[in-house]
Amino acid sequence: MLIDGKTGTWEIVIGLEVHAQVTSQAKLFSGADTAFGAEPNTQVSFVDAAFPGMLPVINRFCVEQAVRTGLGLGAQINLRSVFDRKNYFYADLPAGYQISQYTQPVVGKGTMAIDLPDGTSRDIGITRLHLEQDAGKSMHDQHPTRTYVDLNRSGVALMEIVSEPDLRSPDEAGAYLRKLRAILRYLGTCDGNMEEGSMRCDANVSVRKVGSKEFGTRCEIKNVNSVRFVMQAIEYEARRQVDLVEEGGTVVQETRLFDSGKGVTRSMRSKEHAHDYRYFPDPDLLPLVLEKLWVDGLKAALPELPDAKKDRFIAKYKLTPYDAGVLVAEKESAEYFEAVARDRKDPKLAANWVMSELFAVLNRKSVDITQSPVTAAALAGLLNLIENNTISGRIAKDVFAEMVDSGRDATAIVEEKGLKQVTDTGAIEKAVDAVIAANADKVEQIKGGKQQLIGWFVGQVMKGTGGKANPGMVNEILKKKLGI
Amino acid sequence: MRGLTDLTIADARAQLRAKKISSRELTQAHVDAMARCRELNAFITETPDRALSMADAADKALKGGDGGTLAGIPLAIKDLFCTEGVLTTAASHILDGFRPPYESTVSANLWKAGAVMLGKTNLDEFAMGSSNTTSYYGPVHNPWRKRGDNRPLVPGGSSGGSAVAVAARIAMGATGTDTGGSIRQPAAFCGLVGLKPTYGRCSRWGIVAFASSLDQAGPMTRTVRDAAIMLGAMAGHDPKDSTSVPRPVPDYEAALGQSIKGLRFGIPKEYRLDGMAPEIEKLWQQGITWLKAAGAEPVDISLPHTKHALPAYYIIAPAEASSNLARYDGVRFGLRVPGDSLDGMYENTRAKGFGAEVRRRVLIGTYVLSAGYYDAYYLKAQRVRSLIARDFTEAYRKCDVILTPTAPSAAFAIGEKADDPIAMYLNDVFTVTVNLAGLPGISVPAGLSADGLPLGLQLIGRAFDEETLFCVADVVEKAANFTAKPSLNG
Repeated sequence: MLIDGKTGTWEIVIGLEVHAQVTSQAKLFSGADTAFGAEPNTQVSFVDAAFPGMLPVINRFCVEQAVRTGLGLGAQINLRSVFDRKNYFYADLPAGYQISQYTQPVVGKGTMAIDLPDGTSRDIGITRLHLEQDAGKSMHDQHPTRTYVDLNRSGVALMEIVSEPDLRSPDEAGAYLRKLRAILRYLGTCDGNMEEGSMRCDANVSVRKVGSKEFGTRCEIKNVNSVRFVMQAIEYEARRQVDLVEEGGTVVQETRLFDSGKGVTRSMRSKEHAHDYRYFPDPDLLPLVLEKLWVDGLKAALPELPDAKKDRFIAKYKLTPYDAGVLVAEKESAEYFEAVARDRKDPKLAANWVMSELFAVLNRKSVDITQSPVTAAALAGLLNLIENNTISGRIAKDVFAEMVDSGRDATAIVEEKGLKQVTDTGAIEKAVDAVIAANADKVEQIKGGKQQLIGWFVGQVMKGTGGKANPGMVNEILKKKLGI
Repeated sequence: MRGLTDLTIADARAQLRAKKISSRELTQAHVDAMARCRELNAFITETPDRALSMADAADKALKGGDGGTLAGIPLAIKDLFCTEGVLTTAASHILDGFRPPYESTVSANLWKAGAVMLGKTNLDEFAMGSSNTTSYYGPVHNPWRKRGDNRPLVPGGSSGGSAVAVAARIAMGATGTDTGGSIRQPAAFCGLVGLKPTYGRCSRWGIVAFASSLDQAGPMTRTVRDAAIMLGAMAGHDPKDSTSVPRPVPDYEAALGQSIKGLRFGIPKEYRLDGMAPEIEKLWQQGITWLKAAGAEPVDISLPHTKHALPAYYIIAPAEASSNLARYDGVRFGLRVPGDSLDGMYENTRAKGFGAEVRRRVLIGTYVLSAGYYDAYYLKAQRVRSLIARDFTEAYRKCDVILTPTAPSAAFAIGEKADDPIAMYLNDVFTVTVNLAGLPGISVPAGLSADGLPLGLQLIGRAFDEETLFCVADVVEKAANFTAKPSLNG
């Protein structure tokens, strides 16, 4: 997206830092539980609360998750990485430092292809991924004069995934987040739930005149918690910067917050003291050294990721790139689709049903596909009835509605309601004859060349058979009898 | 029951096992001594009731023939080790009222071996000091006095309370921690054996951290054998400390009494300081003579980066400390001094809670880690540290163990070096290199100064070769035949 300003056309430059909570039973350096939504301070070990003499011990599984994520992003895995302390004082940071990785992260450079609305895709550079601890939560709204602290999140493992400043529009930023989220969810390394805070995004935004090689001064918009808000925040911030510069001002490098109610970004109250994090290697932890064989084993065991799945869907099921893209966006919908499409003569039929009928129902009921009222097996059963001409596509829609409401399977509904398609030629001929006899005027017109009336005739016959006649046969018999 | 408090751990162990004495008697004698010696200020917290009930439990175990290696032996614990339910202060105001809900691995290991806890000993605040004068709970007095001079002397530090408890016959042994000499220097000042094990030999879990890459727990005892017995119980791999090393613990006592014929001991020329007290030089020569007499061979070695050790140490240790001590913020435990904002509370709490020496080191540490200074100070100090470690690696191509004095002087008067932190830091000149290189070092009492104060010799070993240290220390101990006792004791 380009911005037309008073002085020329501007380009937006965006880099994203995503904090993704590692899916793991236990925290990064302690055995405490990580489940979301527990009572405050019930999932806190003495390590997480930084009691005297407590020491961190790395959680092997969290390292595995970070490495698998790195592999999923096609990134370089650093066989030796180092944990550093990032020192600052805050009430919800019990040790007075966060254990993070500064100069030697566990994952280095990689790339991720983002899928754009116009069907094209673009490679975005990943700068690095490192492991770090989350802080606790300060609650300022529990008491008129005091702040409460909940340490349940303290010490939970996060992956900070940093992109290169390769993104050029809010749409691209949105596509980046959606793709990253999909990959994390395919890998099972982060649940990607932005509302619960298990995925949070900081956006670095700057603007420059089109053609300029220099970057403008950037602002960092912190902790935005939905894809839509990230896109809105970037759009607002970019226009703000263009307006500011065009009116003779200068962009100040600063941290800003997005006010989702007003749709604006605001400078964070500037701190009297700038942070100097005094990073240094954590002497309580040895460098993290990985064996290449172990990494190779993880790589070999990676699941099929969205890009590969999309290519396979296009090749195997003959889907359009657009349909394949929609279906693989969520691991669960891809799995659902594949369960319906497998061994089907017309997999495209499965794609159409999942993307139109099923998605419409899920949308209406605001549930995700794992809670679908119609299982993949049940939908496959319905599609089988269409494919073997037991029912027409139109009847199938009614049956589907009934399946959604009652949870019963298609065959039972068709049996009970007598919806079986009429494929008996004699019966259809009878119905066609009746329609022709009752509409002599229309017969004249169609024979006289008003070919488009054929649809009307088909509709009348269908009506006469309660929708159960096979529409293909009706069409054929009509044409024969009308001599067209 | 004065005789009981003079026993070594080894002797008491034999008598306990032979049922000649009970742990109850032995412990009661030490509890009484603890009460008689309060003027020394060796303890911050006395736990006599716990001691007696642990003694009873030990007696029961001994009766059943299943007492551990330290069954029934009353020990003192430096108040830097967290002890479950017992006030743990690090000698700092900031840990007011802190009763840990957990037990440090090292003390837990001792209790598992059947030892009895007498109480928690005084120390320099957060183990920062070489004279035990920075404690919030007041200075510890050395039970030794100069001949003809009754002014109180420092016991050394930071493990001063532990040293005094053992020297004054209040405890049979004590735990210490050593970051730059905090076990070995007070051992030398009080006429004791003090061992700093190889980094990673003892777990640091549950010990209030000063400088994580240097801190190591170790025993302080009256004999080399007692130190071997205690270390055997304290040491071992602990999965809760990532820097603890998964190696089996050898039978250290078995190393005692072995011949040192043909063993090569290094004499580092850089440890011969300008203006070093002649009696320290003399003591060193004496040590060389003893080891030669036992059949060992002296070798001249060079540890060329020694002169940079103290400056490097006083960058690395405060840097780590500044970060380790950030958790004392008044939020979750210990002292809280309210303020009109969060920062105000931090400032008030830490200003009130930390003493001058701790504040000095936190400031130094914060400074050397700051943007723009990190490379010039911290990074450079780490490079020096690597060079010092390499010096030792080179030296151990030529020798098996290194012999040096433990400290550049005998104990000094309380207040004598109080105005000059640099003079105070110089106490650690022979000991810090060992921490920087992560090696084991032991101080053995080797003689008396002209004033009648104890002096120690230090032996430095290869990593995880505590056995050679015990073996050679045993030879020095026998040759020195150090039988003098402090003028004040329980």
